[in-house]
Amino acid sequence: MKARIIVTLKTGVLDPQGKAIEAALKSFGIDSVGGVRQGKVFDLDVEAADRAAAEATLKSACDKLLANTVVENYTIEIA
Amino acid sequence: MRAAIVVFPGSNRDSDVARALRLAGAEVVKVWHADTELPSGTDLAVLPGGFSYGDYLRCGAIAGRAPAMDAVRAHAARGGLVLGICNGFQILCESGLLPGVLMRNVNRRFICHRQTLRVERNDTRFTSAYAAGQVIDVCVAHGEGNYFADPETLARIEGEGRVAFRYCDATGALTVDANRNGSINAIAGIYSEQRNVLGMMPHPENFVEGLIGGTDGHGLFRSLAA
Repeated sequence: MKARIIVTLKTGVLDPQGKAIEAALKSFGIDSVGGVRQGKVFDLDVEAADRAAAEATLKSACDKLLANTVVENYTIEIA
Repeated sequence: MRAAIVVFPGSNRDSDVARALRLAGAEVVKVWHADTELPSGTDLAVLPGGFSYGDYLRCGAIAGRAPAMDAVRAHAARGGLVLGICNGFQILCESGLLPGVLMRNVNRRFICHRQTLRVERNDTRFTSAYAAGQVIDVCVAHGEGNYFADPETLARIEGEGRVAFRYCDATGALTVDANRNGSINAIAGIYSEQRNVLGMMPHPENFVEGLIGGTDGHGLFRSLAA
């Protein structure tokens, strides 16, 4: 099964990279954008009997390594 | 004092901290990250500065889950001493041995300069050679040193007196200018609940010999070796 994991910063956590990107966008004249937050995307294959099993495996992957849940949230999408 | 320095792929300050420990009289061995045990008789485990695993994923994230970290975790649980400096502090936070996380510096720059710190307490195994409230002159060199913890965690750390060092000016005042990475409450280093684990962003091992420019970092290694 193909899966995508999206990791984003929690609301309220300062994102200096997002701010820098937003400032760069504005410097190109793209000034109608705001609130830029940078995140991460992981595309991966997972072997599992069914979707629930795949989701459980991926949830464990996120909690153990892919996301730092002190400051990040994650969502799992299974194709 | 027997110290074991855990070396990860990308660690680069292991020899400096080894030198600082030996100057203070400690016996030092290096341990590879894939090792599953610390040498018998280890009093202190050290996680040195550097860029373990190229800072991939998040600083310290992969190192924090290396086999040697299980041994470090067991050592800490037995009351053994653990010191993490710079990337070592990031690894301690990622491994769950210390709360919170080190985020990108608020000014988005890699900062590398001399830094004054306020020693918050001297009744620990790491700081007995200093006076409480003493201002020490060491160095910082990092891109992700902006300490962050959620409000409940922060209240617990402060309430339990677990802040080891804060960024301050030369007089000991906690100014915005002195806290260049933007750390919450100007936190430069914290202890575990039992105060046997210390993580800190600044590099005390840089300043252990007058020839290099300062000796204020030596007190930390003298405290440990005492």
